[in-house]
Amino acid sequence: MKNKVILLVEDNSSDIKLIKRALEQNQITNELIVAEDGVEALDYLFGTSQYAGRDIRDLPTVVLLDLKLPRVDGLEVLKKIRANELTSLLPVVILTSSDQEQDLISSYKLGANSYIRKPVDFNRFTEAVRTLGLYWLLLNESPPRK
Amino acid sequence: MKNKVILLVEDNPSDIKLIKRALEQNQITNELIVAEDGVEALDYLFGTGQYAGRDIQIIPAMVLLDLKLPRVDGLEVLKKIRANELTSLLPVMILTSSDQEKDIIASYGLGANSYIFKVDFNQFAEAVRNLGLYWLLLNEPPRK
Repeated sequence: MKNKVILLVEDNSSDIKLIKRALEQNQITNELIVAEDGVEALDYLFGTSQYAGRDIRDLPTVVLLDLKLPRVDGLEVLKKIRANELTSLLPVVILTSSDQEQDLISSYKLGANSYIRKPVDFNRFTEAVRTLGLYWLLLNESPPRK
Repeated sequence: MKNKVILLVEDNPSDIKLIKRALEQNQITNELIVAEDGVEALDYLFGTGQYAGRDIQIIPAMVLLDLKLPRVDGLEVLKKIRANELTSLLPVMILTSSDQEKDIIASYGLGANSYIFKVDFNQFAEAVRNLGLYWLLLNEPPRK
């Protein structure tokens, strides 16, 4: 489980820092791949552009996906993940500051496994990352590699 | 979220007891509805059989679903949950002792939100605790 990768799709640098720190503090030592926009996330998953040649059968254990992203937004990334046979079953957790009902419904309709609002409070955010990490890395069983 | 019920679909009485106790120990006080087979689960969700007349607009916070069940099995229950507009987005966690790849793949393929192995006694209580905290407190459920 330790070798499994977390794919974080997030463009806000202070959120990235916060998530990294929260994972470290909780001894969640899995490698964290950060994609700062939707294109980078898709490149990682499908081995294109800067990730050309990556063995794309090595899937992340979980994808933490922000919704508002440059270039390709989170819902579009989710759609592409679900449409590709290789990644169609991959656990995707939406991690967003959006509290719009429409984002919530769209995310679940497109097949998000879970939807989490980023707590504004620093300590609560850290606690949320801890719970989230432990749940998806230790408790949940991700689909097997194809 | 505190007032919402948890629907547990489980036919093994010792597992039911264990889950109840783990929820109580962790101050997860949501009402627990237990359905002991797939038919009972669907009756609860869709207000049929013994649950005729129940207000089916009131949906559970989450469903904990075993796979091997009498009468209608877990995958069939999941299929029916996803096929009905009322319950199509309802969080469903598979909670099973099956570690067969085909069950994992089928569960995710049919739209399970999460797949959890029942492990040994002590870890199981901890698993139920994490599961409750995650889905009842952290996760934002779809609203109707």
